Amino acid sequence: MLAFIVRRLLAAIPFMFLVSITVFILIQLPPGDFATSYAASLSAAGEYVDQNTIAELRARYGLNDPLIVQYFRWIGGILMGDFGYSFQWNSPVSELIGERMGLTVLLTFATVIFTWAVALPLGIYAAVHKYSIGDYIFTFIGFIGLAIPNFLLALVMMYFAVVWFGQDVSGLFSPEFRNAPWSWARMVDLGKHLIIPILVLGTASTAGMMRVMRANLLDQLHQPYVVTARAKGLSEARLLTRYPIRIALNPFVSTIGWLLPTLVSGEIITSIILSLPTAGPLLLQALLAQDYYLSGAFLLLLCMMTVVGTLISDILLVLLDPRIRYS
Amino acid sequence: MLSATTLDIRGENTGAGAPRTLLEVRNLSVTFQASIGRQAVSAVQDVNFTVHEGRTLCLVGESGSGKSVTARAILGLVEEPGQIAGGQILYHREDGIQTDLAALDPKGKPFRSIRGNEIAMIFQEPMTSLSPVHTIGSQIIEAIRLHQLVSRKQAREQAIELLRQVEIPSPEAAIDRYTFEYSGGMRQRAMIAMALSCSPRLLIADEPTTALDVTTQAEILDLIARMQKRYGMAVIFITHDMGVVAEIADDVAVMRRSQLLEYGPVRQIFDTAEHGYTRELIESVRRLEHSARTVRGAKVSPQVLLSVRELEKSYGGRATGLGKRKAGAAVRAVKSVSFDLHRGENLGIVGESGSGKTTLANCLMRILEPSAGTITYTREDGSDLEVARAGGGALRAYHRDVRMVFQDPFASLNPRMTVAQILAEPLKVNNVLTRPDDLRKRVGELLDMVGMPADVAERYPHAFSGGQRQRIGIARALALDPRLVVADEATSALDVTLRSQILDLMLDLQERLNLSYIFISHDLGVIRYFCDRVAVMYRGEMVELGPADTVCSTPDHDYTKALLSAAPAGHPDEKRLANRHRYERP
Repeated sequence: MLAFIVRRLLAAIPFMFLVSITVFILIQLPPGDFATSYAASLSAAGEYVDQNTIAELRARYGLNDPLIVQYFRWIGGILMGDFGYSFQWNSPVSELIGERMGLTVLLTFATVIFTWAVALPLGIYAAVHKYSIGDYIFTFIGFIGLAIPNFLLALVMMYFAVVWFGQDVSGLFSPEFRNAPWSWARMVDLGKHLIIPILVLGTASTAGMMRVMRANLLDQLHQPYVVTARAKGLSEARLLTRYPIRIALNPFVSTIGWLLPTLVSGEIITSIILSLPTAGPLLLQALLAQDYYLSGAFLLLLCMMTVVGTLISDILLVLLDPRIRYS
Repeated sequence: MLSATTLDIRGENTGAGAPRTLLEVRNLSVTFQASIGRQAVSAVQDVNFTVHEGRTLCLVGESGSGKSVTARAILGLVEEPGQIAGGQILYHREDGIQTDLAALDPKGKPFRSIRGNEIAMIFQEPMTSLSPVHTIGSQIIEAIRLHQLVSRKQAREQAIELLRQVEIPSPEAAIDRYTFEYSGGMRQRAMIAMALSCSPRLLIADEPTTALDVTTQAEILDLIARMQKRYGMAVIFITHDMGVVAEIADDVAVMRRSQLLEYGPVRQIFDTAEHGYTRELIESVRRLEHSARTVRGAKVSPQVLLSVRELEKSYGGRATGLGKRKAGAAVRAVKSVSFDLHRGENLGIVGESGSGKTTLANCLMRILEPSAGTITYTREDGSDLEVARAGGGALRAYHRDVRMVFQDPFASLNPRMTVAQILAEPLKVNNVLTRPDDLRKRVGELLDMVGMPADVAERYPHAFSGGQRQRIGIARALALDPRLVVADEATSALDVTLRSQILDLMLDLQERLNLSYIFISHDLGVIRYFCDRVAVMYRGEMVELGPADTVCSTPDHDYTKALLSAAPAGHPDEKRLANRHRYERP
């Protein structure tokens, strides 16, 4: 088991190296660089653009160097723990990313727990009571959840939260806590603000996951080993949790790997609407401004999370399913 | 329909010391209603029989006859949308009180205290009938602790003892293994151990040996018989094989199309069966006792079609790549096998699972690369092809001449292709026929050859029964006018009655199309019926090769003798299994 984990970790190193090259190339692909997009935004604002200033900017940030030099300066810095400097924000990337990444992870995990806590029991109920009224109701709600775009749901919920509950709904913190140091009160405030984002972000995946759980379990419910267990005289509830549900859960574990990246990059619109201080909106701005240290750091972190997530789900799968362990 | 009274057996069990009644099934009917408003389909109609303490009742019938549903109804295991529509299942408890199981709530506590405790069940597919993600031990311990007040440790000791009783080697270690680490026979043993865990009074065995090869079947039947004696259980044994019935039954109930056709003591059924269908079932076993090839006066040309010399196939043994596989002795699946196949000849290859017979066939087809040795194929024009080293066009031409029929008629047909597409595919791939009209005509011919109407061409495989699907599989093999057909257990998945039909069809086609067959089977009866010569394989070696009649009646090798004596004879007066010959490897 330990050897398996070590081997997987070692295999991740060359993989991350290739990923970093890809990320760098992707960022460099659009024509121009930060200096040209900076000049463009200045002239769009009606300001005079001095070519000398632009050239100076290029020289200062080494934008004239060959790509390979730029790449190694970038990746070398990251290896030393220095993620570089954001041109756009005039501050170190690590400062910009730090708290946002933390909040993103927090929001993601809260959403995942919400999704699983709701979707799994409903999916199980729908499978066991196939074609019952409950199954139809959950299926109906599920499809509505899938069909409503997240940003629309976000707008509607914000409206009702403000109108009915008079709650401040934008961002993850009330104004008085926004820049305050961490304290118990700030945590409680964060908890309150998490509810709407979790509901918005979780609805669609809850609906999808419920359908998957229902289908997985339906596949297992009529397997011969379930009949065997029933023939032993097990009660239905114990039978269900011990055999078919246990096996139907395995496919879920393998999806953990993609949760983070989808939630970070897939929910940018929702995050912007709810003005959440998470990673998505910042990533979008960085990409638009060709702020390559910032966007590069983001993309690299996302890939790393995917790798780590996949590793976690692989380890869990090995623990859960002996068939994988031994083959 | 036969009434309950005429079916009640008296005869040998009346009088002093008659066994006590354990279970009475009275006018049992089970229906399946697919959806509300639809006509309910009857799966079991008005069935009556009685099970006596310590005796074995065999429920016989082909697939779909309702025998499994009947057995499941007894344990309350009929799944939705099926339900017991009428009748009684009277269970006589030890204290003399009778309980009607048909009236109990199948999910309720009273029923659950009987199920698995007083009446236990074992199933056909030992792989899928045990959980893949729990250890064998945990599944047995669960059954023990469900009905007995014992600690986990005591239960574990009991489970080890049970595994020892069913002859699992080193049970202390085996208890912590998973299902997929057990062989088919061992899984069935583990399943029996689980069923016996609470010393049941009745064991229901639903085709427990159908998925096993002949020698393992003999061992499992033997084991069940010994456990029956030891625990004083009654057994309801469900099977489609009259050979097995002859070996183990006290009483026999024959089912057909949801109804009980005939019911009585085993000798009465075998000697004076009332129904033609019952006689047909018995005959289907006995038929395989002679050679169809001799009867047909088949001629084998002296010309050699395929010559195999010193063929070897080994796996592993070398460290590969990143050292993932441990270096060790290579597994030699096929060891230095040599034989000649003549034109128009049927060569049988017989052996139990793991003997290397399928590996051998796959080497002949070059699905697997042989490790050493030669396979020489003589083409139509007389020239020779070295199959083991052939490549490209020569190998493609060889694959046009030599085709395969597979074991599983369900898995070997693509469910998303129509019969016409399935049959036309080899023709199209090999550019033999390309015009739609020609293809349609050829598909019609092929279907006609295997005795299927041409209008089935547009239907999908799921619309056909096992026997019909195997006919389609044969038609596919014949599409390219092959000279040799390699049939890998082509009849093993079929009911006994269908088995001889398919064999006869293949023999008819042989005469019409001038074919040769290599026929792989674990069943000596089928081989004797179908083949001219037979090669016996044991652990990768060919231990005996000779004329089918000789090998199947007076074999030389000890292993062949064991194999022969493991096959049921087909009459209750000639029980073979009790004093069968066991082969111990020297």
